[in-house]
Amino acid sequence: MTKELFSILLTAILTQNFVLAKFLGICPFLGVSKKLNTAVGMSAAVIFVMALATAVCYPINQYLLVANGLEYLQTIVFILVIAALVQLVEIILKKYIPALYSALGIYLPLITTNCAVLGVVILNVDNGYGFAQSMFNSVGAGLGFMVAMVMFAGVRERLESCQIPKFMQGLPITLVAASLVSVSFLGFTGVVENIFA
Amino acid sequence: MAEKKGIVKEFSKGLVAENPVLRLVLGTCPTLATTTSVESAVGMGLAASVVLVCSNMAISALRKVIPDKVRIPAYIVIIASFVTIVQMAVKAFLPALDEQLGVYLPLIVVNCIILGRAEAFASKNPVLASAVDGLGMGVGFTVALFIMGAVREILGAGSFYGISIPFLAENPMLVFILPPGGFFVYGIIMAAANRLAESKGKPRAELRGCEGCPMAQNCALNNNKKEEASA
Repeated sequence: MTKELFSILLTAILTQNFVLAKFLGICPFLGVSKKLNTAVGMSAAVIFVMALATAVCYPINQYLLVANGLEYLQTIVFILVIAALVQLVEIILKKYIPALYSALGIYLPLITTNCAVLGVVILNVDNGYGFAQSMFNSVGAGLGFMVAMVMFAGVRERLESCQIPKFMQGLPITLVAASLVSVSFLGFTGVVENIFA
Repeated sequence: MAEKKGIVKEFSKGLVAENPVLRLVLGTCPTLATTTSVESAVGMGLAASVVLVCSNMAISALRKVIPDKVRIPAYIVIIASFVTIVQMAVKAFLPALDEQLGVYLPLIVVNCIILGRAEAFASKNPVLASAVDGLGMGVGFTVALFIMGAVREILGAGSFYGISIPFLAENPMLVFILPPGGFFVYGIIMAAANRLAESKGKPRAELRGCEGCPMAQNCALNNNKKEEASA
């Protein structure tokens, strides 16, 4: 059981990285990765919201939707639950834990329409994961997001000082750099299966 | 006549001048994820277009009823309803496409193009103009996805729409249909689009990150930047 959970966790971080292999959460990956500290702040907020969203959506799906045969409402219910949850967390943090709010608060509204959060909740349901498996998958996906963001922030800081042909400047070179970072993650293919084989 | 011209303009701006993928840099996730083959790229484009046209019409029709304060949640509910309808239709009639698109089909809900058009256009314009705007943007999205899907499938699998091409099919460059190929092809096509835009004297597409996001106005990250700028 523990073996399986860690296998899910590592798969989500390395081989099935949310950003670099599944293309979820590309907007913040390209938009907020210019500086290391914003990259870390954003990723921490994403991990937090992913774990929370999974913890709340799993019982709602299991005991409200599936129990009543309302699976077709999943998309609507999940997006509304996530949106409401983010708002609620923002209010609670602002009132009771201002230190945490000032660190993570500004990233929270961005996350409502982040496809990575909705994506992880839907993938958990599609894969038929139980509660523990879902939680490990979500945390792993969040950590994978953080790894990709931090690595890419480093790459972009180096890019700043490079001479780039005029038509490749800006977005095109950023995407090509992302492609190379993604190639490095291809190297992890098969690693997780072999660790736990 | 003037009205007719206006409608043509609403439609054509989504194709080239304001192409959502190549000029506005919106909807990058599905652009990268579903372009491994022409078939899934076009399928994704059409599914998103249907949602875009329907949600634009519904939001435009309800624009005077929806209170300003809760408009974003209201838009999300409308968009999510149409996504669910499209999802059920695809599952029933095109199960193979449903398999290919997988999780990206329900994720049309959070596609920035749709919420962005709702906020920027449909909430201020009459129903017909909004429908045409949605159609133009949808076709522009589909065309961009088709180009990317074609490049990636021809180079990466040596086929086009599932029909294998002689010579290329013998040694396909697999990396093009793997994730790195998606980033790479998008980057190169973006560079070409920038080159074209510059030769016509238009500004190049910029990575606007958060500013391109439809939530930008309500977002604290942006407001903080504004405060810093004014301080």
